[in-house]
Amino acid sequence: MSDRGPRNYVVSVVGQSAPSDIGTISDPDEVVQPVVRRSGVDRIFRSFATSSAVVTFILMGLIGGFLLIKGYDALKVAGWGFLTDSEWAPDQGGKFGIAAILPFTVQIAVVALFIAVPVALSTALFITEYAPRKLRRLLTAMIDLLAAVPSLIYGLWGLFFLQPRLITLSKWMADHLSWIPFFHVDDQYGTSLGIFPSSTFVSGVVVSLMVIPICTAVMREVFSQAPPGEREGAMALGGTRWGVVRDVVLPFGRGGIIGGSMLGLGRALGATIAVTLIISPAFTAKWSILDQGSNSIAALIALKFSESSTFGISALMAAGLALFIITLLVNAAASIVVSNSRSGSSTEI
Amino acid sequence: MTTTLNTTKNNSGEDKINTEERIKIRDIEIVDVIVMTGSAISALALSYFFFQILLPVSGALGFLVCWYVFFNIISTVAVWELRGTVKAKDHLARTFIWTGGMIAVVPLILVLGYVISKGYHSLRPQFFTQDQKFVGALSDATEGGGAHAIVGTLEQVGIASLISVPLGITTAVYLNEVKGRLTKPLRMIIDAMSAVPSIVAGLFIYAAWILALGNQQNGLAGSLALAVLFLPTVTRTSEVVLRLVPGGLREASLALGGTEWRTTSRVVLPTAKSGLVTAVILGVARVIGETAPLILTVGGAFVMNANPLSGKQDALPYFVFRLIRFPQEAQVQRAWTGALVLVVLVLVLFVIARAIGGRGPDNISRLKKRRLKRKGLA
Amino acid sequence: MTSIDTTSSNRTTMSSDISMLDPGHRAAGLTATNVACWFGTKKVLEGVNLDMAPGQVTALIGPSGCGKSTFLRTLNRMHELVPSATLAGEILIDGVDIYRGAIPVTDVRRRIGMVFQKPNPFPAMTVAENVLAGLKLSGLKTTRAERDDLIESCLSKAGLWNEVKNRLGDPGRALSGGQQQRLCIARSLAVSPQVLLMDEPCSALDPTSTRRIEQTISEISETVTVVIVTHNMQQAQRVSNRCAFFLAAENEPGRIIEEGPTKEIFSNPHDSRTNDYVNGRFG
Repeated sequence: MSDRGPRNYVVSVVGQSAPSDIGTISDPDEVVQPVVRRSGVDRIFRSFATSSAVVTFILMGLIGGFLLIKGYDALKVAGWGFLTDSEWAPDQGGKFGIAAILPFTVQIAVVALFIAVPVALSTALFITEYAPRKLRRLLTAMIDLLAAVPSLIYGLWGLFFLQPRLITLSKWMADHLSWIPFFHVDDQYGTSLGIFPSSTFVSGVVVSLMVIPICTAVMREVFSQAPPGEREGAMALGGTRWGVVRDVVLPFGRGGIIGGSMLGLGRALGATIAVTLIISPAFTAKWSILDQGSNSIAALIALKFSESSTFGISALMAAGLALFIITLLVNAAASIVVSNSRSGSSTEI
Repeated sequence: MTTTLNTTKNNSGEDKINTEERIKIRDIEIVDVIVMTGSAISALALSYFFFQILLPVSGALGFLVCWYVFFNIISTVAVWELRGTVKAKDHLARTFIWTGGMIAVVPLILVLGYVISKGYHSLRPQFFTQDQKFVGALSDATEGGGAHAIVGTLEQVGIASLISVPLGITTAVYLNEVKGRLTKPLRMIIDAMSAVPSIVAGLFIYAAWILALGNQQNGLAGSLALAVLFLPTVTRTSEVVLRLVPGGLREASLALGGTEWRTTSRVVLPTAKSGLVTAVILGVARVIGETAPLILTVGGAFVMNANPLSGKQDALPYFVFRLIRFPQEAQVQRAWTGALVLVVLVLVLFVIARAIGGRGPDNISRLKKRRLKRKGLA
Repeated sequence: MTSIDTTSSNRTTMSSDISMLDPGHRAAGLTATNVACWFGTKKVLEGVNLDMAPGQVTALIGPSGCGKSTFLRTLNRMHELVPSATLAGEILIDGVDIYRGAIPVTDVRRRIGMVFQKPNPFPAMTVAENVLAGLKLSGLKTTRAERDDLIESCLSKAGLWNEVKNRLGDPGRALSGGQQQRLCIARSLAVSPQVLLMDEPCSALDPTSTRRIEQTISEISETVTVVIVTHNMQQAQRVSNRCAFFLAAENEPGRIIEEGPTKEIFSNPHDSRTNDYVNGRFG
């Protein structure tokens, strides 16, 4: 090994162009600050990219801020009544609140999820575990296509094609399953078919079509990352395919299932056009989902804006802000659930 | 699982295994097929019996559900009898999962088929060239057209893309390549903005751009509303694409003495190019169908207005949304035609996106090859 | 932790003209003094002193996880790219410190090249473009004739010319694994580095490619100093002039236990741990 005598080192301090200290390094563990001088082009590149990011940041911040400010005007007038009043008459000087609209919104979303989550779960499992290879690509493409179809088209289809057919089903459910509070329809209307269109149920079914692709995509992503080592372990123990799914894939993918469902919830809460086309607006909250009369914050905004004065618009903004915050919270929760789960670290939602 | 060994008879008539021929491994045995068909038939018979005679249910849907339930019960019991509990559970799960997988596809076919069947009746070439100027209450559905709506949509989506795509991709480059101090708050705010419901985006532009700043309802307002939705989407999907570029390529570039800018522009972006193009096209396909933001911002029109900066404009989804609620059959029919055109447009974009996305970065197009040949690099 | 100094007064003018990088450009020597490395608060390397003489092949051997690759990466300033990575000590190329700003970092990396364990040809470029990628990335200009010569000479040095001379227009990833790695070597050679660092370049390759790459190493070692990390002791014996044996005790940072001429390290090591390692008693 070569012998080293003491050396003279030049220690350049950051930011100064001339060395300030010439002497021996007494502490061999003195950490080096590598000097990086970026070329002109690199500096321009960085500042360009940074300014784009800043612009994006500011734009988005403006949107949130504006909603807040504008919505606040209306909230000031309504006070806590915003959360407790059911009617919506801001322009007539009346009260306005989301006490009925919000439950309706949630009901539609829940119906949608009720259908979408099991379908998405089995579709995702089918694609990753059961489908023959060729079918896999085709099926994935079709699910992506489901996501690309505009919600307007689903709304039209729901209104003209599905609703007439669902009415019979609704009647059947009201007649036979009325012991479940959601399906209980008030007898005063009799059981004629006329009370069943434009209901929460019908819009929920249509919204589920929009939610399925999102849930499927997240779940599929998560299931495909289930560690092959564990899969093989289960099979080597003599497990059936369902055994592998039940004991390896599903536990691993739990975070993705929940996260995907929550993302779907967020989407369902904000579905506008499909709901607007189908429902007949109601302002009294109720448990039953089968009879006509429903609402959602998004549909409210879509229907009311053209006839609203500035104050009315402000009230709508407050409602929009409420919807935005709820969706934000749901999405954030979904994100946290997925990233904290085993499957989450490399999954993007 | 059965394994079929290929055997031939040797001289003394005994089976001799052909060691060179490959073993065919079959997943499904004859017994399974018998169980399935048998269950299907008996379930059919049982459903018929129940349906016609016992249960107070009617309709094709009810019959199918009945048959499905019986099929499951019978086949599961049969498998349980033959193979035991574990296999029976496996069979039941398999049936449900297959069903679920197939169900997801059915609505797609139904929806597309329905739109096509309702829309093609009145589809005429003039739909793409004429507007609704001369159309009256009694006009036939084939008169006039939706050219004004198509032009409106193209312009609005075009402007929205012009705003969102460069900004979004550059922001994604910042997030993934430059990784400056803004990264964390920026990510948070982008995630937040992707949660904006589409109607709220329209409401924002209506209140901020139109009411507060005193602008008109026009194509530009519509494109701004679309951009509010498009920008976070493009940024996120571009970031995902950039992240997929292997880190080893960046290292290799830096190890050759490359600067950050050159690494990004000569290595990362060319490698990510097809992914980015796909992401953009898919984003456009989604934005094209957005109706809610346009309801509040674009105004709607019946005549052609090719100027997005002044005067109300129409857009294809808004055209459909408005006309579908008219009482006249002809208007409704026109709406369906518009819906068909919209669906075809989205489908075409979707197919293009998949075609491009299917190719990896390794595909060197013929055009590029010719250019490289001239430089002696191919 | 990198400091950004935007003054340009001390800048070594880097010629962008390739004629400055003529074949007569000498191999350079690297000297590491008291190098220590951390990832966050974890110290992974300590007290590394090593002289890598010009025109020689130095092999870094030792069991996995002892800091050989980490050390290698400090030699071309790739270590600092990891967010929590820091280092102490001094690394000189022909007597000039590479960390304290006399040479721009991009020039450091151009003069001290690196070949990685996993071949990484650029997928969006053809074979020919890959070879010349380093020139494009460091902003060196060449004429058409120089480019053609460079492509042929670098691919020949890497032992790949005959196999790909008719496939120069194929995408970089269309080649087999061994060919890809040789392409990466050709790519590194195209910028005329003075030192070439190789991080287990053959570990993922078949024996034929390995043999060809070892041949390349001996062919280039006169004009390019080579520092190679390898797990394969026979390879170390075949290609290197000097060896440095790295070892990390449990929960301790890695250190060089012994270093010297290859023949001595393998036949007559001074330290018992070196003896055990080269005789395969632990790995």
